[in-house]
Amino acid sequence: MTGRTIDAGELRRRTQQLLAEHPPATTERTAFLTARFDAGLAWVHYPEGLGGLGAPRSLQAVVDTELEEAGAPDNDPRRIGIGLGMAAPTILGFGTDEQKRRFLRPLWVGEEVWCQLFSEPGAGSDLAALGTRAVRDGDSWVVDGQKVWTSSAHTARWGILIARTDPDLPKHRGITYFICDMTDPGVEVRPLRQLTGEAEFNEVFLTGVRVPDSRRLGEVGDGWKVAQTTLMNERVSIGGMRIPREGGMIGPVAKAWRERPELRTHDLHQRLLSLWVEAEVARLTGERLRQQLVAGQPGPEGSGMKLGFARLNQEISGLEVELLGEEGLLYDDWTMRRPDLVDFTGREAGYRYLRAKGNSIEGGTSEVLLNIVAERVLGLPPEPRTDKDVAWKDLNR
Amino acid sequence: MTSQGDLLYTEEEEAVRSAVRSLLADHCDPAAVLARTESEQPHDRELWKALADGMGLAGLLVPEDRGGQGASHREAAVVLEELGRAVAPVPYLTSAVIATETLLACAGDAAAELLAALASGRTVGALAVPFATAPEAAHPRVRFDRGALHGEVRGVADAAAADVLLVPADGGLFAVDTGRDGVTVTPQTSLDRTRPLAVVTLDAAPARLLAEGAEADAAIRLGLRSGAGLLASEQLGLAEWCLTETVRYTKERHQFNRPVGSFQALKHRLARLWLDVVNTRAVARHAADALATGSDEPNLATALAQAHAAPVAVRAAEEAVQLHGGIGMTWEHPVHLYLKRAKADSIALGTAGRHRENLADLVDLPAPATP
Repeated sequence: MTGRTIDAGELRRRTQQLLAEHPPATTERTAFLTARFDAGLAWVHYPEGLGGLGAPRSLQAVVDTELEEAGAPDNDPRRIGIGLGMAAPTILGFGTDEQKRRFLRPLWVGEEVWCQLFSEPGAGSDLAALGTRAVRDGDSWVVDGQKVWTSSAHTARWGILIARTDPDLPKHRGITYFICDMTDPGVEVRPLRQLTGEAEFNEVFLTGVRVPDSRRLGEVGDGWKVAQTTLMNERVSIGGMRIPREGGMIGPVAKAWRERPELRTHDLHQRLLSLWVEAEVARLTGERLRQQLVAGQPGPEGSGMKLGFARLNQEISGLEVELLGEEGLLYDDWTMRRPDLVDFTGREAGYRYLRAKGNSIEGGTSEVLLNIVAERVLGLPPEPRTDKDVAWKDLNR
Repeated sequence: MTSQGDLLYTEEEEAVRSAVRSLLADHCDPAAVLARTESEQPHDRELWKALADGMGLAGLLVPEDRGGQGASHREAAVVLEELGRAVAPVPYLTSAVIATETLLACAGDAAAELLAALASGRTVGALAVPFATAPEAAHPRVRFDRGALHGEVRGVADAAAADVLLVPADGGLFAVDTGRDGVTVTPQTSLDRTRPLAVVTLDAAPARLLAEGAEADAAIRLGLRSGAGLLASEQLGLAEWCLTETVRYTKERHQFNRPVGSFQALKHRLARLWLDVVNTRAVARHAADALATGSDEPNLATALAQAHAAPVAVRAAEEAVQLHGGIGMTWEHPVHLYLKRAKADSIALGTAGRHRENLADLVDLPAPATP
């Protein structure tokens, strides 16, 4: 450490030094990303030695802009979103020094993909009711259960896992958080085909999987608290990007409207204008949120963004299929595939329409998010809880 | 890519807000507003004096060298948020925004003199067009004949509070003093009695020319555009009041041995309303900033703001009535003042549908060709 404070100028200097020592044109991609991590320019708000410099998070944009201008490779964040957005902050917050050193670098560089082993067939919105068991056996835990809606499980090296370690306690208190090696015997990943025809997600069967106690994150029984860090970061990582006008789902519809006058009807025109307005308003709300974050005044507005986008994506893509008329009766391809990454606006209108149905389910259903807004933002009284003081094993499941 | 401008509030803007809010808390509680709507004097002249004369807020849009405060639409929008929150019966939107912006676009000494008078707040002005007129729409004109005006304009907001009317006529825009012979202002029974309408009748009314021809038309359009853009901030304040009061009420009101606000059916409605209010804040700030700086196309920003904010304010007020249950239906509870203001605002300066149709041209999403 030079002793200099880390401001925008200093970050620019260090970024230029990285570029000089490892010219992107002649440096292999992984080597460049590893050098960037070791220079503390991966995520500048992380501690030194773990890819960061302890700088304010808002300064990351300085580094990203310089590197983008120099044509440096990025770590393809969409492919490793669960690692970056969920696993990393949890490891940083609760991991041992050894765990941080072992996992964070290959995670950020993208050499190791992560998945999330949270949801279960019997525990969706009520995640804390999960039933996957972890039983202590010497220095290890033996895990049995089934996880579901697990994206990237088929490409993942590691999974963040929550499992029940004490069924005699109320549901929130008997959970422990682990890191699961997806290559271990007993881990079986099966594609779960969705209504789009493809299998973006998986089901994961865990049968007698041995997880060493050294891969526990946080204390035994503290898993719910640790998982809150993961879930909070899931919602933060949505949004924050600057989007141009017509940058989202409304883009292809507006384009089709302009290019194909024969599709226009008065009814569709009224509905298109209403949705165009809503999409532009939502974009401005996102922009205002971004300005708040940059100004260091984060507000509760972020918790609403996903709700708005889910509904809009569904309505706009629905209108698009209808606008296309006869073509809307067709579908591009029902072939079962396992895509590496998800693009909500990718493929054609029919796919967009069907895929958008997931937007109000994944990452918290819209109904649960409305409860969260009502209770945490507006301070309305919580639902009466019948499960708070009941041992997990005695719950109706 | 278009620039979005600053969608936040500056420290100065927050200072304006807290000054206005504390004035309104002391002098404009809902019971007093309700009582005033049934009096002979629907406008609150004392409150106007405090806002305009005392705090200098009538001249925010006017440069200092023309007798104003040299602020901008951004600060005026914050004033309107607070006035909307209180459904305050003062002619701020009509005089300090619409009439003032119209005069700003008129060259000449007559306009300059009147502009300074409006900026001081000691003179109240009103643009004599029907309050429902959208910025780009046609509006009635009275007849100019032998140095005087003849004709009638209906539905003029706050005309009864005005000392001077800006009257579009054949040949230009004229100023008419309301106290003169030949000028009659007859109050109409209005849906929103906190911003009452009136019929202006001119019978050989003496008039001063402010602007002619295209200059007059452009000035009127700019006045109405600023009015429509900043009305979104009033609608934001109004919607916020409805949300806040309804949340407070549903936390306190008990039925079935629970606060009614603990029922999911109500929580979800209030959470959705909160989302609408959050969106309205972004779009209202965007319009105010666009009008202040010219960034991101003021015509588009204004149409977008009205297309969104008008229905949100109406929904907020309607939800407030419904979720207050029986008490919300009474004359005694102030929520009906907000409902009436919101509904009237949704027609004022062009409906949401009209602004959406305007957007169709602005963003190139044309209507189907008529066969």
